[in-house]
Amino acid sequence: MSGKNRLNIFPTRMALTLMKIKFKGAATGHSLLKKKSDALTMRFRKILAHIVENKQLMGTTMRDASFSLAAAKYAAGDFSNSVIENVTTANISVRMTTENVAGVHLPTFEKLSEGTISTTQELTGLSKGGQQINKSRESHIKAVEALIALASLQTAFITLDEVIKITNRRVNAIEYVVKPRLENTINYIITELDESEREEFYRLKKVQGKKKKDMKAKENQKALDLEQASMTTPTQLHPVKVKSMIEDEDEEKELLYE
Amino acid sequence: MATKNITENALVAVIGDEDIVTGFLLAGVGQKDKKKNENFLVVDNKTSQSKIEQAFKSFTTRHDIAIIMISQKVADEIRYLIDEYNQVIPTILEIPSKDHPYDPTKDSIMMKVKRMTGSD
Repeated sequence: MSGKNRLNIFPTRMALTLMKIKFKGAATGHSLLKKKSDALTMRFRKILAHIVENKQLMGTTMRDASFSLAAAKYAAGDFSNSVIENVTTANISVRMTTENVAGVHLPTFEKLSEGTISTTQELTGLSKGGQQINKSRESHIKAVEALIALASLQTAFITLDEVIKITNRRVNAIEYVVKPRLENTINYIITELDESEREEFYRLKKVQGKKKKDMKAKENQKALDLEQASMTTPTQLHPVKVKSMIEDEDEEKELLYE
Repeated sequence: MATKNITENALVAVIGDEDIVTGFLLAGVGQKDKKKNENFLVVDNKTSQSKIEQAFKSFTTRHDIAIIMISQKVADEIRYLIDEYNQVIPTILEIPSKDHPYDPTKDSIMMKVKRMTGSD
């Protein structure tokens, strides 16, 4: 597992520090993104509730509007054509502003009304049914207001939907890809460093052992020299033991120095 | 998250049957510029699908339109265009028409909302 999913890096102490810093950064980034995602989701749920509510409400508003239009048509006759033909400039428009939620710009629409009815439209229903037409106009203005509010919510919905997806993807990428990889790399470096440390220790032990051996050999040689020097007074106590020891040492001496 | 640069005062476009368009024009959303470019389209039985598609496409690419209101009956005819439409602005709003009551199960946005909440 740890063999594959790690960064290709030479295991040194410096690399370990680097990885540790990177890991810390990833952890901080993860928690920050998680917070952002949470904030956006909270907002998103609020909008979701509103959107459903407003969509249902839109049904009734529009029904009122079309009913008032039917009433106006009954009173004034079919004036659709004259209305459609007499279009000049819009006196209802929307202003776009942006709202900042956790670093995300949400566009919101605001109705801008010039207040006056354009002169070409004003003449509609002059002969008859003017009142009904005005009523219908008012109810349609209301409908437009409701629809603009709904459009605001809808854009926020679409934008947030996308942003939340992206944020969650990032959060998951850090959690399941970046972090494990860094962790594996850190573990790998630690293992490698431990191993090289053990090797070094073993090497030192070996050197020490060799040195000890050499020292012992030297001491034995000294002892031998001394013994040879005092050959004239042989001891009765350990003749056999001493003799065998000499033989051994002789052999080893040869091995060592020749 | 590339939002189009939209002029300060954006318009509301309308695609729908005669009554819907008349109503909204009465309210004052209509605009006709010197080149006779209108921000609304009256759809009746004789209007071909290609004409609706063309109008829809031109409205979505115009920079002075922020909201497109489209009656659900017309929206059904170009459903594939609306479903694959993924810009943020202009926003598409499906509105009910007089003889076709609003059906939330057909609305692209409502479908998304439902998928999100997972409930009815």
